[in-house]
Amino acid sequence: MSSTSTTPAVAIEATGLGKRYGRHGHAALDACSFRLPAGRISALVGPNGAGKSTLLAIAAGLLRPTSGSVTVLGAAPGENRDRVAYLSQDKPLYPQLSIADTLRMGAELNPGRWDAAYASRIVEQGDLAPKTRVRSLSGGQRTRVALALALGKRPELMLLDEPMADLDPLARHELMGTLMADAAEHGTTVLMSSHIVAELADACDHLLLLGGGRIRLGGGIDDLTAAHSLVTGRGTADALAPHTVVESRAAGRGLTALIRRDGPLDSAWESQEPSLEELILAHLRNPGAPALITPGTTASAAAVTA
Amino acid sequence: MENVVEYRIDRRSGVATYLQIVQQTQQALRLGLLEPGDKLPTAREVVEATAINPNTVLKAYRELEREGLVEARRGLGTFVRRTLGAAPADSPLRAELADWARRAHTAGLDREDVAALFGAVLDENFPKGDQ
Repeated sequence: MSSTSTTPAVAIEATGLGKRYGRHGHAALDACSFRLPAGRISALVGPNGAGKSTLLAIAAGLLRPTSGSVTVLGAAPGENRDRVAYLSQDKPLYPQLSIADTLRMGAELNPGRWDAAYASRIVEQGDLAPKTRVRSLSGGQRTRVALALALGKRPELMLLDEPMADLDPLARHELMGTLMADAAEHGTTVLMSSHIVAELADACDHLLLLGGGRIRLGGGIDDLTAAHSLVTGRGTADALAPHTVVESRAAGRGLTALIRRDGPLDSAWESQEPSLEELILAHLRNPGAPALITPGTTASAAAVTA
Repeated sequence: MENVVEYRIDRRSGVATYLQIVQQTQQALRLGLLEPGDKLPTAREVVEATAINPNTVLKAYRELEREGLVEARRGLGTFVRRTLGAAPADSPLRAELADWARRAHTAGLDREDVAALFGAVLDENFPKGDQ
């Protein structure tokens, strides 16, 4: 609410964020800087151990960073807990409670915000009887109850760690639809980690690709794919200068390369826009490729701390 | 709502998702499944059923609006403005293209050659980024 009309509201802003587990342990996050504008549905992607869960837990206020700073909805993480929903990978629920009791707990913990009808509807969609105890639910059913609990508080920001991992394809489609409908109606900002890139491509409009504890690619998905080209032609990788070659492979007498364009492309190259999946895979396979973070996703103070 | 369009999104079609919505709407207009005054589903309804991003639906509706096919009425929804007639089978342009295709066939080009040639000329005259 404190945002002015000229600058878009910011959901999360991280500056030089670092997290080290143990004094000499490995750094899960290392000088990680980015800005997530409000209202985006952002895919948090990266190889295992890239720091996705760490980043989400820090934003939720459950982990303290070792260095750097982060603001969530304009305040320190945890200060706006009533406006933020966080769903961890293991979806902790009380096994001895029934679904109805679990939702009642949601109402008690979120006075003034709780939308009981909405939460019940999400549970009913999955044909779950309210009296069923959480203990006897399957992993997918548990996820549905956890999502009902998260959405029922009508959060402005949702932090979801692998939310759909243990759902069958139908439940996954339904719950993703529910999530998108919520975003369409309320402008909810969503940051969700996942491994299923094809699914994210349809649901998300923003990407944060983590690698080595930093953002490798950050920005609107359309902007990121439009900044790259998949080119094929006769010639060597050197002939592609001044463009940045992210990845190249031999194609007969020539090559196929995924490049980040710098200026117009020589028309001798046959060129296509890469898909999100091609873009992500090329960057995952080539960890040395320079990072690209679009201006809207760049933290305002990043230049100072870098 | 009487005439509801239910969009079907094919992930593997290679066609951008927003374009699939544009094309399915155009198709419904050509087939007379949608007529002037009919309401398109809201973005919320489309994304709930398809699990795609809300902005994708809005982008498709903007494109349809730009083409003059639909109009957004504030607070009410998006409505069909005009219908689409199919390109008449006997139009001179079609006859000329058919004649060209016959000549290409006589010259020994196969289906893929013709498709590549046509695609190249199409791209030249209707650049993709030209919106």
